[in-house]
Amino acid sequence: MAEPAAGDLKYTPLDAWHVAQGARMVPFAGYSMPVQYKDGILTEHLWTRAHAGLFDVSHMGQCFVHSDSWEKTAAALEALVPADILNLKPGQQRYSQLLGADGGILDDLMITRSAYEGHEGWAYLVVNAGCKDADYAHIAAHLPAGVSLRVEADLALIALQGPEAVEVIATMVPAIRDVPFMNYHAAQLDGIWLHISRSGYTGEDGVEISIPAKDVVAFCDRLLQDPRVRPIGLGARDSLRLEAGLCLYGHDIDTTTSPIEADLKWSIQKRRREQGGFPGAERIRRELAEGPTRLRVGLLPEGRQPAREGVEIMAEGRRIGTVTSGGFGPSVNGPVAMGYVEAAFAKPGTPVSLIVRGKELPARIAPMPFVPHRYFR
Amino acid sequence: MTTYYTKDHEYVRVEGDTGIVGITDYAQSQLGDVVFVELPEVGKAVKAGGEAAVVESVKAASDVYAPVSGEVVAVNDGLPDSPATINEDPEGQGWFMKIRLADKGELAGLMDEAAYKAMIGA
Repeated sequence: MAEPAAGDLKYTPLDAWHVAQGARMVPFAGYSMPVQYKDGILTEHLWTRAHAGLFDVSHMGQCFVHSDSWEKTAAALEALVPADILNLKPGQQRYSQLLGADGGILDDLMITRSAYEGHEGWAYLVVNAGCKDADYAHIAAHLPAGVSLRVEADLALIALQGPEAVEVIATMVPAIRDVPFMNYHAAQLDGIWLHISRSGYTGEDGVEISIPAKDVVAFCDRLLQDPRVRPIGLGARDSLRLEAGLCLYGHDIDTTTSPIEADLKWSIQKRRREQGGFPGAERIRRELAEGPTRLRVGLLPEGRQPAREGVEIMAEGRRIGTVTSGGFGPSVNGPVAMGYVEAAFAKPGTPVSLIVRGKELPARIAPMPFVPHRYFR
Repeated sequence: MTTYYTKDHEYVRVEGDTGIVGITDYAQSQLGDVVFVELPEVGKAVKAGGEAAVVESVKAASDVYAPVSGEVVAVNDGLPDSPATINEDPEGQGWFMKIRLADKGELAGLMDEAAYKAMIGA
């Protein structure tokens, strides 16, 4: 993705706050974002795994798809994504993908069924920053009569992740302790509405909080008063999600990859696998039945040298795939990567070599996540 | 003993006909946490401006270029096992290699400390 010139950059409501916290700002998905603060990526990563890391993810797109009934809204969404939306319980959230007609992934997203009284027909969506304008156009163009899209431009989104994150939030909103992974809780705190979802992008327990943009700076200041909380930049966000085996759109998944190739089969529930009715269903059901020709896998390079995006994966003297994300995993204390290989080589333990700076680096196919998930179920 | 600097943020500290080579404090601060370093073999001939070592942080990989031409006569053997030394003490314990200078005249093409500080805005 080409980064725009500085003059074209957009800013989140926390921009000045990041600078005041000592952030190094970089362009990302059209926004000026903190890549790291004073502690640096390694320390920020390890802090999140041990305590609570505060992330600004306000660049992501937040919107609602709504109608006068859940059935109508769910049917409209199920025409766009392969997840079971109809059977979401009020307050429940699912990970899914917007699919193109060929089953390629246009974006990945979170879909939540509203539990707000008077909003029974509402779904809340969070999409990627770099895709959001295209997503909104795609969704709006495919909604049937009676179902509408409402884009929220005045909401900020922050994440608090790590084993102490929920306890930090519980000092203000005690009910969050009992909210399971992939569910949300709405709370009012000193007159400010918080939409708190027990989810995240690090593999740790934690929350993502949607909050009015005008209130987010004061709320982050309040969170930072807790000694368990430190601000964490995009650099550590990337190494945390990589260790957790989670995909980054535009790298590990894109319009050429299907959810089955991407090893996201778990995100397509049984009813949808059997009934189809989503874009690319023919390809996806064929890949489910026969197996895909290539598969996203984890890779553990031997030694300490990282293998990064674009590195060729070799076996039996020929190229069998490509690394799509790779780097150093601070919690693993070694290099970790993911990429696509021909299905015959996808079994964990399979020896491969990676062409790093012209040299063959031995590696093994490895199960993911590299660091166990610690979700609250 | 004089230290010279390149525009790519390597330094060479000259002692007699030997130069101790590493990356500057500014370079390590820009790279972030160093997690991997690859050093050349002792005996290797390097050319000024040519690739001499590799350093990788959590974020990115970078080449380290030889500031001067000559033969690598020693490398910092402990560095690959403790790459964080490059962040902690880049211009001391975090040195990369010693090069026997083939042509002291090349030093005239490098920056002195004042010129380097001016370049990085320090």
